[in-house]
Amino acid sequence: MSLWSRISNAVRGERLNREIEEELQLHIEEAIASGRDPGEARRTFGSILRQREASHSIRVAGWLESLLADVRFGWRQLCRNKVTSVAAVISLALGIGSCVAAFRLIDALLWRPLPISSASRLYVLSRKLIGLYGKPIEDGYWATPEFKLMRDAVHDQADLIAISDADRTDIAWSSDDDMEKARVAYVSGNMFPLFGLEPALGRLLIPGDDRGPGSGPYAVLSWDHWNHRFGRDPHVLGRSLHIGDQTFEIIGVGPRDFTGTEKGTVTDIFLPLSMNSLASQNSVDWHRTFLMLKPGINPSTALEPMRQHLSAVNRTFETCCTTWFRGASKADIDRFLNQTLAFSPAGAGISELQKEYRRFLGVLGLMVALVLLIACVNVANMMTAQAAARSQEMALRVSIGAGRRRLVRLILAQSALLALLASVLGAFLAAWSAPFVLRLVNPPDNPARLALPADWRVLLFGFGLMILVVLLLGLLPALRASAVRPVAALKGGEDPHSPRRLMRGAIALQVAFCFLVLFLSSLFVTSFQRLENRPLGFSTDRLLLLETAAGKGQLPVDWNQTAEALRAAPGVDSVAIAGWPLLGHIRINSDISINGAPPSPTPAWFLNVSPAWLSTMKIPLVSGRDFRPEDTSPGAAIVNETFVKTFFPGSIGPTFDPIGRTFTRGANQPLNKIVGVTPDVPYSDLREPNRPIFYVPFDEIDDKSAPKPVNFATFAIHTEAKNPLALADSLRQLIAERHNGLRVSNSTTQLDLVRDQTIRERLIATLAAFFAAVALLLAGIGLYAVLNYSVLQRRREIGIRMAIGSTRAGIVRIVTLDVFLMIALGGCAGVALGFGAARYVESLFYQVKATDADMIALPACAILLTALVATLPAVLRALRTNPTEILRVE
Amino acid sequence: MAKTDALQGSLDLLVLKILSRRPRLHGYAIMAAIASTSGEVLRAEEGSLYPALYRMEEAGWIRAEWIKKDSGRRARIYELTAAGKKQLGAEESRWQSVSLAINRVLREA
Repeated sequence: MSLWSRISNAVRGERLNREIEEELQLHIEEAIASGRDPGEARRTFGSILRQREASHSIRVAGWLESLLADVRFGWRQLCRNKVTSVAAVISLALGIGSCVAAFRLIDALLWRPLPISSASRLYVLSRKLIGLYGKPIEDGYWATPEFKLMRDAVHDQADLIAISDADRTDIAWSSDDDMEKARVAYVSGNMFPLFGLEPALGRLLIPGDDRGPGSGPYAVLSWDHWNHRFGRDPHVLGRSLHIGDQTFEIIGVGPRDFTGTEKGTVTDIFLPLSMNSLASQNSVDWHRTFLMLKPGINPSTALEPMRQHLSAVNRTFETCCTTWFRGASKADIDRFLNQTLAFSPAGAGISELQKEYRRFLGVLGLMVALVLLIACVNVANMMTAQAAARSQEMALRVSIGAGRRRLVRLILAQSALLALLASVLGAFLAAWSAPFVLRLVNPPDNPARLALPADWRVLLFGFGLMILVVLLLGLLPALRASAVRPVAALKGGEDPHSPRRLMRGAIALQVAFCFLVLFLSSLFVTSFQRLENRPLGFSTDRLLLLETAAGKGQLPVDWNQTAEALRAAPGVDSVAIAGWPLLGHIRINSDISINGAPPSPTPAWFLNVSPAWLSTMKIPLVSGRDFRPEDTSPGAAIVNETFVKTFFPGSIGPTFDPIGRTFTRGANQPLNKIVGVTPDVPYSDLREPNRPIFYVPFDEIDDKSAPKPVNFATFAIHTEAKNPLALADSLRQLIAERHNGLRVSNSTTQLDLVRDQTIRERLIATLAAFFAAVALLLAGIGLYAVLNYSVLQRRREIGIRMAIGSTRAGIVRIVTLDVFLMIALGGCAGVALGFGAARYVESLFYQVKATDADMIALPACAILLTALVATLPAVLRALRTNPTEILRVE
Repeated sequence: MAKTDALQGSLDLLVLKILSRRPRLHGYAIMAAIASTSGEVLRAEEGSLYPALYRMEEAGWIRAEWIKKDSGRRARIYELTAAGKKQLGAEESRWQSVSLAINRVLREA
């Protein structure tokens, strides 16, 4: 109660003083009324003022009162320079907001533990090896039989959990329904119990559901899918779900916040591992393997022996599989078997998105931190200038007895006010921008999804950032102010250069940071431009792609008849069929052997295409002919130029004709005869160099010459209308009405697929360009302010110089020389920093090197130009200085 | 310094005692009461009375209230709280034991 009354008294200090005075006044009156001498009565009190001060301090929490006074004073200071204060708050808010937003993304994707019990005991298994084609790879996927061997090998110390990636899969809720896409993950039956998860409805998968093929035709929905797709309908239990020719029964809904272990992806449906036909195959690595230490096992002592044990199991398993590498050389196989098993902590989940965006987010974090630093330096400069302008006031305060601590507090209060205002504004910015950036991460039809809660982690980070900003802003000016020497300052300044020296150092720092941001952003923007302008070699114009599935598979003749029907539809120009679209992220390779030799060390990639696919894609033929309807695979093949160069080396020359040459897909396979050669086109990834590619006819036959059924393929349709998607619905309808088992599972355009290839580059280029512009603007403003201030301060000097006959050029030189020296110094530091940073993110560049001359020239020019523009007003002001006026004032 | 402490201690005791007998007095009345009941021997200095009053108010021993006087002026009057009564008891017995001790010293010496 007492503390509270003192706090409230502090808030209403003025009123309190009046009350005390009133009481004392009454006392004196009473004394006089009772016959005391008025003069004596007053004297007994001494000075009323001192009396009041003594009484006041008893009734008030002094620290709070002076703090409030500081805050009020700081607020008045901010209000006095409205424009600068608003600019300071906005630039700080931009910096703080971007930093918090970047933290939210980084934390959500990389650091935040999964919402499971004992996430800290979860590890993921991977193996580092030299691949069959001589490249070092880290493989995180495992075959189920090997998983089972490993699980049994360590079962007394740890549990192994298998979880497949949540791939977009065609599903149907009843056989009549249209097909839809859902993210389906296959998980071992022990996952839910080991993660300590409780169902929101029904029950979750248990080890009993995962005993063997067909043992558990059960599906668990994620809470998110239940909410989105079924509106939390409790009657969803018992419904059947069709995937391919399998039927599953919905038995439960997972807990609300568990979205799977793949950060960035929300799993819709969980199925038992053994229900996937891949689970029985020795040679297919298709799911991740997690390791959960049993409680009480010490990771520092238990992990290494376990790793060695599992390495041995892995080697035994892989050795028994070497029969699969028929034809590979002994040395290759030995190198392949020399695998290193690794455990990595997986408490924060594991996903491709993490791998792909780790560096990207690192760069983003670096850039926003730099922007914040630039903004802080700017505002600190502004405050230094203000403090310098107030140095006489400060000196006066010190000389009449203000504590230096109080002075420091005065300035810290001002910077705290700025930081607080900026944080509030920044919080709004962060709340909006983090989900906004996340939306841009993946194609719109397949968005990346992350939980971005604004919980204590984010709040703590934001608060820490605010404190940091307060210190960055206030510490230097505060230290300067507290070191003020009253005598010197009141005499008119002992060293008028000292604040400028500090501010010049700040300019160098700012330019270095700004250069770094600009340098990185020019690298990213150029990468993006080069990637986007990479010649495709095929046309994306008016090309509709209908990805189509046939549950149990349909014969090529059905597919061809469907293509024929599509061709007859109005608005359709031409139709062709391909196994999958180019740049659709699907790639399948195959060994190549020429003339019965063992397979070559590099593989080739292939695509099944129908006749006229090349002309529909506008891919020309260098020589030879297109496929004909009677061509089958194996039999005929069309290859690209890189294929010829790779597999027929030494025979390149104008006289060499690959047409008619043959190759086989691995040893002892049927012959394929090259009938045509095409130019190179990007296959699955725009960033990669050209791969050797061969096309084979869509109609495949088995070794008894019977046609092979096809499960999925893509119709490539060249439309007459400008917007190919306008036809998508009617053509999808047309295919469904034929009732031949074909169903469209996804429709897109070739143009969208190409665009989706550059999403990451586009995102980082856009953000980098934005932050570069902000950094440049802030640096420009900072430069302007410092120079302007310095000209104001050196008015007297400039006036004298002019009076004694200095030329205009001389004046410009003394005003700008040291600033441009600082810019040069900062620029050099920026280049050094830039090279360091660029090495870390090299993998994000496309055909760009940090050492390219124009990559350094571009930011340097931008900074110089900004500097020129920013210094112009100050220079003009210096030139307009009127010597007589200045000297008269002095 | 020690002198002020001793004075303060006894001033608190006097103020509390006066307020326990005659509640709701303002500052001047308290001072006058101390003077009259002590037969004009003890005088509370104005300079220490008010700080002492505020201190005791913060400590929660007395409670203050603004009232309108007949003359139309406002006056701040004080009265004892429960905690103040307890404190008075403690102060009184402390004073008794101190004065007893001093008397004993005076007698023996």
